[in-house]
Amino acid sequence: METAFALTIGVLVGAAAYLLLARDLPRALLGFVLLGTAANLSIFAAGRTGTMVPPLVAPGAEALATDAANPLPQALVLTAIVIGFGLAAFALVLVMRAHAEFGSASAEDMDEAERPDDVAAPAAPALNPAAERKEAA
Amino acid sequence: MRQLLLAAPILIPLVACAVTAMLWSRPEAQRRVGLGAAILLFVATLGLMAEVLSGGMVVGQMGNWPAPFGITLVVDHLSAAMLVITGLMGLAVAVYAMGPGAQERDRAGFQPLFHALLLGVAGAFSTGDLFNLYVWFEVMLIASFGLLVLDRTREQLDGGIRYVMLNLVGTTLFLLAIGLLYGLTGTLNLADMARVAPEVENQGALAAAAVLLLISFGAKAAVFPLFNWLPASYHTASMPVAAIFAALLTKVGVYAIIRVFTLVFAHDHALFGPLVGVIAMATMVVGVLGAAAHYDIRRILSFHIISQIGYMLVGVALMTPLAIAGSVLYVIHHIVVKANLFLVAGAVRQVGGSFALARLGGLWVTAPLLGLMFLVPALSLAGIPPLSGFWGKLVVIRAGLEAEAFVLAGVALAVGLLTLYSMIKIWNEAFWKAAPDTAPAPEWTRGQRIATFAPIVLLCGVTLTIGLWTEPFAAFSLAAAEALLDREAYIAAVLRPHPTQLAEVLP
Repeated sequence: METAFALTIGVLVGAAAYLLLARDLPRALLGFVLLGTAANLSIFAAGRTGTMVPPLVAPGAEALATDAANPLPQALVLTAIVIGFGLAAFALVLVMRAHAEFGSASAEDMDEAERPDDVAAPAAPALNPAAERKEAA
Repeated sequence: MRQLLLAAPILIPLVACAVTAMLWSRPEAQRRVGLGAAILLFVATLGLMAEVLSGGMVVGQMGNWPAPFGITLVVDHLSAAMLVITGLMGLAVAVYAMGPGAQERDRAGFQPLFHALLLGVAGAFSTGDLFNLYVWFEVMLIASFGLLVLDRTREQLDGGIRYVMLNLVGTTLFLLAIGLLYGLTGTLNLADMARVAPEVENQGALAAAAVLLLISFGAKAAVFPLFNWLPASYHTASMPVAAIFAALLTKVGVYAIIRVFTLVFAHDHALFGPLVGVIAMATMVVGVLGAAAHYDIRRILSFHIISQIGYMLVGVALMTPLAIAGSVLYVIHHIVVKANLFLVAGAVRQVGGSFALARLGGLWVTAPLLGLMFLVPALSLAGIPPLSGFWGKLVVIRAGLEAEAFVLAGVALAVGLLTLYSMIKIWNEAFWKAAPDTAPAPEWTRGQRIATFAPIVLLCGVTLTIGLWTEPFAAFSLAAAEALLDREAYIAAVLRPHPTQLAEVLP
């Protein structure tokens, strides 16, 4: 069981890493979703797997049965899924908006924020030889 | 009363966020509620600080679930200081945001997002639970995403995508690390984890999880080599947003590194000390060199955030009381100074008409007081005595020399000099040189001018106070460092009521 979990998580992280390296933003976003799934599965595995007994206190009993499943990872994963969904939804809207604005969903076509300052450097030459070199080039 | 004060820094922004969101169609009312909440938050954090100073660490168990089963809120010296500074920044930026552009910002939803951001930051500073810290990180992140692309310009969309993508990966790695740590220690409560961590059999796996945490917090704190998102996005945000980002966001990452590595992984310092030390040096150098290459005020200031983060990590690298005290003092000083510089940059834009140094000039003639208000934080950032930055750097460098980390101390000194170079560059270009022929600056009303300059004057006052009356701040930093290094006291304070130990109950 644990081996299967570990292999699944490994494959998911590998696929996520591959997708996250893409310049195409929707692909990168899918990579983020896969990475989030891998993280959730690893939390689940951290709570120990293998038991099929639900974490419910039987009528009349004072505590959980000793072989009951661990309820905490389930609560954590639920929280993480909700948060991950919210973030992915926001990121998707942002990418769509950028696509409408730039006409492309590729990171290569978005350079607005990286463009050099509208006036590259002050005119006074003595103060910054770097600017002169830039102009000369 | 203590419990109420403990929850107040979380409750106040939460209520403010909800109320301002309900007042969506009435920006005027939103602004009033927002300002009121910011004042209230500052007062509440001051009250909490007084409580910590008089009665020591404040601990509360949410919903009366005993630690380590429920969520614990813990406010010690460091947390209290961070909360007070959060309150101060919230107030300063709430006032500043009433300046030029307020109407457009408020219509776009500035107020609810701003308070959601304060909520996330205050929660991250007060929680004593690792998973809860993750949740607060996400609250802060989603609010910051919205704030960054507030004006929806092309530039902001581009910067926003860079910021969003890298931070998404960073927080997912945090989640992965939480999973690993939970599997190894069987607990999420930081105090309980600190108790169990040294006894974990598989120390190699624990160190791997710690490195994952260092990566995710480091990406948040913009340390080398994970800083790329910061200079790619901060300069696109509108000025009040950039100021609150510069003040608080990266510092939450620094706080998380200090908290986790002094508490949970302190026993593994032989491994992480040198690692963090190298990261700190590289961060200082890369940040300051990046700033030297730019000629836009916002970009210069953004790169300086990175370089200053390096100084704050020296405490974790050396782990001596003096070094950690230096880090604490440095964080306090830096937040005030950096936010103020961004506020001044906004005012320069308003008075001079541009952020580009080439288009600015002659401000010393047209706005001499603004020049003075720039010099106080700028020289403080560079570490000129007697301003606050001098004392921060003095303690950090002295701690480096005492711990015989001579390279670290030398790099810190050299970077201080290069910081001065960048600040002088802004001074020479924007204030000193003759004014170029530019379009006349936009008109602004008296109210807008007051809203812009009041917070700048306030923060200049704080910088001067820390600089000229350092004794109480230094003493406080030392007390905070001693509290951070006294892990047993922290663990005892959190777990005292019910010493049941989750780790031993689990399979």
